[in-house]
Amino acid sequence: MSAPTTTAVPATSEPATPGALAPPPLSELQALESESVHIFREVAATFRSPVMLFSGGKDSVVMLHLAAKAFWPAPVPFTLLHVDTGHNFPEVLEYRDWATGFYGARLEVASVQDYLDDGRLRERPDGQRNPLQTVPLLDAITEGRHDAVFGGGRRDEERARAKERVYSLRDEFGQWDPRNQRPELWSLYNGRHLPGEHVRVFPLSNWTELDVWDYIEAEGIALPTIYYAHQREVVLRDDMWVAVTPVTPVRDGEQVEQRSVRYRTVGDMSCTAAVLSSATTVAEVITEVGLSSLTERGATRADDRMSEAAMEDRKREGYF
Amino acid sequence: MATTTTGRAGHGAGARTASGRRTLLRLATAGSVDDGKSTLVGRLLFDTDSVLADTLDHVELVSRRKGLDRADLALLTDGLRAEREQGITIDVAYRYFHTPARKFILADCPGHVQYTRNTVTGSSTADVIVLLVDARKGVVEQTRRHLAVASLLRVPHVVLVVNKIDLVDFAEDVFTAVATDFARLALSLGVADSHAIPVSATEGDNVVTRSTRTPWYDGPTVLSYLETVDDTPVAVGADLRFPVQYVIRPQSAALAPWASAAPAVDGDYRGYAGKVESGRVRVGAEVVVLPRGSHATVTAIDTPDGPLEVAVAGQSVTLRLDTDVDVSRGDVLAATDAPPAPVREITATVCWLAERELTVGARVLVQHGTSLTKAVVRSLDGSLDLTYGAGGTPTWQPAARLGLNDIGRLRLALANPLPVDSYREHRTTGAFILVDEADGWTLGAGMVGSSAIPSGPATPSGPATPAPATSAAPVDAPSAAGGAGTHSAERSPA
Repeated sequence: MSAPTTTAVPATSEPATPGALAPPPLSELQALESESVHIFREVAATFRSPVMLFSGGKDSVVMLHLAAKAFWPAPVPFTLLHVDTGHNFPEVLEYRDWATGFYGARLEVASVQDYLDDGRLRERPDGQRNPLQTVPLLDAITEGRHDAVFGGGRRDEERARAKERVYSLRDEFGQWDPRNQRPELWSLYNGRHLPGEHVRVFPLSNWTELDVWDYIEAEGIALPTIYYAHQREVVLRDDMWVAVTPVTPVRDGEQVEQRSVRYRTVGDMSCTAAVLSSATTVAEVITEVGLSSLTERGATRADDRMSEAAMEDRKREGYF
Repeated sequence: MATTTTGRAGHGAGARTASGRRTLLRLATAGSVDDGKSTLVGRLLFDTDSVLADTLDHVELVSRRKGLDRADLALLTDGLRAEREQGITIDVAYRYFHTPARKFILADCPGHVQYTRNTVTGSSTADVIVLLVDARKGVVEQTRRHLAVASLLRVPHVVLVVNKIDLVDFAEDVFTAVATDFARLALSLGVADSHAIPVSATEGDNVVTRSTRTPWYDGPTVLSYLETVDDTPVAVGADLRFPVQYVIRPQSAALAPWASAAPAVDGDYRGYAGKVESGRVRVGAEVVVLPRGSHATVTAIDTPDGPLEVAVAGQSVTLRLDTDVDVSRGDVLAATDAPPAPVREITATVCWLAERELTVGARVLVQHGTSLTKAVVRSLDGSLDLTYGAGGTPTWQPAARLGLNDIGRLRLALANPLPVDSYREHRTTGAFILVDEADGWTLGAGMVGSSAIPSGPATPSGPATPAPATSAAPVDAPSAAGGAGTHSAERSPA
């Protein structure tokens, strides 16, 4: 049985305007979705072994949703890779496994804990594990012989990212050289690379945080529960609300409070803080995001506060 | 001028609806180093509430550290450390802001002469170029250079921001002189639509808020111009072009739970995934499969959200055909009337983007749509001299090589035929990039067919000659004439 062809035409098509030569422009979300789908298909068609980074965070979930749509009715033609710091929120790990099955994908996990256990990596004095992800990530890329790696980075996130291409060439050490990027013209993506090099691909480059939320709402995409307001024991530390967890215990002099919070990003528990919120639906989150006076990363990511050029430094080193 | 400000009934200007009917406009900025471009962009972001508190805190902190008495809005758009250290912008940076009507993707292009390649990059996808001049200096060489680039890349709209109008005491005659100069230049370069706005980016006059100090100006502010400029994809041809990206064959793979609501499909499903690059495609339409030339009928337009009766330019979809002939990546499905003729030789304007030089005989790869083929540079027929004076137009000069930021006319012989369009009519399928076969570097940006900037001595009336009906003719009939050795002459389309 083939797909029926009589269904009412969805809103994506233009109104019948006889004589109009040029079609009207697509809506913002249609245009963004279409651009991302185009990127996924280009990569799948021209690289030998792509892989997609998947953390269960909202950007990676939107990426997975778009990938599933890009290749439907065939399955997503590449595996997912999660670099597990060992400091993930349990709700997010549970979601990660559920979503992998829901979208019919395959998941590989590279574990920072394994590297710590056998001595290949050592715990940092500050206890943060995000900086430790780079080695297991690069090893997984090398071992899997992956020549393209999808990441959920957006250009609106941070100033260094504003200059990154959709296709970002990396050397054997995963390094990004901002002075030496290929020009990217029209929608002609150039993925050629030398042996040992690989290309990081950012299908969400032109999406903003608000676009991501709008799309989650429009498509009815499920997210890990901690993106929505819930009661949690938190302490106020450096002007950020930090959850009380085994990796972020209460410090002397801190007062534990029960607050209604949600997370705007769901990275490593040791460096991801919550924001006070009562938003329990996507629409309420959108209202909050639209009104919020803090950028997404600045509000809640301790690791970006380290220096003015923190993100740029880590990108040079091969971090996403 | 009216064309720039007339809102169209129907869409675009309306408020955003629940279904997200906000549209997307891509713009690129250009200007000389001290024209205040970063400040203008910072002002647009700041006045549309696109700058959030922690970013602004950071800018104020850095401004204080530099000994400034107020926040330097230009710092909002300075991304990389090297730029902060040198105080210049060295690479295209993308900024995002929105209003209820539109989302804007702004390619912030560096101003230095040596970074013309960034202007080319930013212009390649732009619907609008925002070009800055200093009101005290007027149109300068860099303005002429950037306007020529906008013309070559066929950016549909150019808006001139006459900045620092406060420094000439908001004088109408100064503005009028600059605007007139610019309009004449735009016309001579064949720019379809241009408009000029008096602005003080530092003080905010006419950026987002209408200035009370320019009562003699009754046009739109920069933001209202951007919100209302016609975004119908005029630079996209009316005829269908659908480069096949990927063949989708599930081969009875189990459908994932997420797709349970999507239409069911056969085990022998075979769909051709791609983006409609121009025109539209309908179920039942006959198409020609290029470069082979066989015909087929579209039996379905599939998306996981449900089948469509019609898909239009910009949409990524999957087509099914009534034929079992081998259609694969690199093929182009085109409308049967006026399909592009596959050619083995193309004449093109090329913006050279690499440090290494281009010479006749060079072997390169041509990436066009979804195909990649080897090519040899047969001849170099001139390079564009953009250092033309006021009242003149750029001229094509004989050239033996192209270096970084040069723009040249050349002829390429292709290993495999490509169904190219003229860039004049098809901004997507008339474009290609040149790639280094050895290390993969992107060498140049190519535009097929005759250039928007004509060759030969400028004629007073004529350079604008908008695409003298090159309509359906194959862009480049291989020609024996005008081979290597003839420099200046641009060969017109067959």
